[in-house]
Amino acid sequence: MLIQLSAALAFSRKEAEGRVALVGRIDGAAGPWRTQGFQFVLEPMRIDTAPGPEDATKGGRRSVIDMRGLSLTFKTDDGPVEALSNIDLRIDAGDFVSLIGPSGCGKTTLLRLIADLEQPSAGTLLVNGISPERARLDRHYGYVFQAPALLPWRTVEKNLMLPLEIIGLSRAQQLERARHYLAMVNLSGFERKFPWQLSGGMQQRASIARALSFDPKLLLMDEPFGALDEIVRDHLNEQLLRLWEKTSKTVVFVTHSIPEAVFLSTKIVVMSPRPGRILDLITCDFPRDRTLDFRDTTEFIAVAHRVRQGLRAGHSYDE
Amino acid sequence: MTNESLREPRASRVRPPWWSAKGAPLTVVLLGLMMLWYLIAAAVNLAGVRDAFEREDIAYTTGDLIAGTWSAERPILPAPHQIIAEFATSIFSYPPDSNRSLVYHGWVTLSATLAGFFIGTLLGIALAILIVYVRSLEKSLLPWIISSQTVPILAIAPIIVVVLGSIGVHGILPKSIISAYLCFFPITIGMVKGLNSPDPIQRDLMRTYSANPSQTFFKLRWPASMPFLFTSLKVAIAASLVGAIVGELPTGAQSGLGARLLAGSYYGQTVQIWAALFAASLLAAALVAAIGLAERLVVRRMGGGA
Repeated sequence: MLIQLSAALAFSRKEAEGRVALVGRIDGAAGPWRTQGFQFVLEPMRIDTAPGPEDATKGGRRSVIDMRGLSLTFKTDDGPVEALSNIDLRIDAGDFVSLIGPSGCGKTTLLRLIADLEQPSAGTLLVNGISPERARLDRHYGYVFQAPALLPWRTVEKNLMLPLEIIGLSRAQQLERARHYLAMVNLSGFERKFPWQLSGGMQQRASIARALSFDPKLLLMDEPFGALDEIVRDHLNEQLLRLWEKTSKTVVFVTHSIPEAVFLSTKIVVMSPRPGRILDLITCDFPRDRTLDFRDTTEFIAVAHRVRQGLRAGHSYDE
Repeated sequence: MTNESLREPRASRVRPPWWSAKGAPLTVVLLGLMMLWYLIAAAVNLAGVRDAFEREDIAYTTGDLIAGTWSAERPILPAPHQIIAEFATSIFSYPPDSNRSLVYHGWVTLSATLAGFFIGTLLGIALAILIVYVRSLEKSLLPWIISSQTVPILAIAPIIVVVLGSIGVHGILPKSIISAYLCFFPITIGMVKGLNSPDPIQRDLMRTYSANPSQTFFKLRWPASMPFLFTSLKVAIAASLVGAIVGELPTGAQSGLGARLLAGSYYGQTVQIWAALFAASLLAAALVAAIGLAERLVVRRMGGGA
């Protein structure tokens, strides 16, 4: 028997500017009431002093996602499958983080853990300093799925209004927000169209606008452009960068395309399968106003090369 | 198609509806069936007509014989024109509240059908919601629902009528309950499938919005189930009509299409039976068409493409 208790106390920024994690551990083996060991660890966590995401100075930014020793084992008929093993990752406010790796490396699972769509088997995970479940209930993040997942019986505008209806905004606010975010993804004029009347790229843009419509500070994107052709994908990558610049959101982006990851990210997390783990963490501090031409520069090629080397080290190119 | 070809249809393309590209095959089959019907009617009625001529000692030709098979008063199989004539007489020659009017009998059956359809639809949807939301009910309730349909309705119908009659329930309600018993089943089965039809991705989406169960139901599961609902409703409305007619058979009912069928067979009025049958099938077709129309309206409102 192993019970892990974990509590994070966050003081308000004005007061103590700090956080203390209290980790309790009870180990017991023979019976339910006999404990072998009992231990409390008072563990000081990183002290946050930065005022917020506007402050771009490195190292002092607010942590949005904090994972320690995160593992997830799926129980299947063929025995347990270790999807993620001992992941440590911190994502700061304003970061654009790409998770890259071959199929089965657990990158989507990692995103689903953050979104509270899966539960970890071990380890701790905090989203904005609170549990993923509370973060989900308080709608801290917008999630963009692999497929647009627009409801076919709703117009584009009504699809954008769906989360706003659920939140309970007034009709006028719903309409105004829907129009605003449709304009942001260049879909003005398509409000009354039904999803099937839109191309794949437009549908995915509408889906991104829908995730933005309730203004979450965190955007989780699961291979949003995976099903699109390369030309559309390049175009949407550029648009996404502009959007990120404008809205200063934190983005976690799952992809299996090296150029996409290098082009978009401030941080690239290279993952490998069986079990899913992090092989390399690459920081790309290029200016945010990148255009597609950036892909022809030597810096770009150097980073892409490092990503590929990381993937090769994880035997991602075997077989 | 371009505008030009729409504006100037070629002369050869203009055809009456029964001979258009869509209508012609149907017309050919209908004509074929009619010919077959007349042939069969002549064959099965022949012996009776010949006997009648010989009993009366009237000289007859083959032509008289064949004409006789198509105009007998109580033929074994009436010819189509006899059925249509009887049908028209029973509708237009009597006031709609007369006991001899098919409009009157049709209305009695229709009202029981609609009441039964209404009860059955509500019951079917309610059961489907229970099964979808309470996991254990799928294993405990569904087998009973399925076995309920294996019991012959003809056996159950008199029991329902007698039991309800003994507690003072008469009139339209017993028939509607028999009709509901038949029609709730396709709705339950269809709606269980329909309410479960949203993709996992769409359910996850609602979860990321932290939608509560009723929001997930009304904004996702219910609209997603609409195509399934209408398919089930079309099967169910035809079943409710059958239920209402069956409900009229064992009870010695005085009115309704079922009563009309029964009276016809008591008195050997085959033409009357066939006219009532014809009325019942027209009614069924009209009801299914009405559901189809409602479906088209809803589909158009829901985007039409999907």
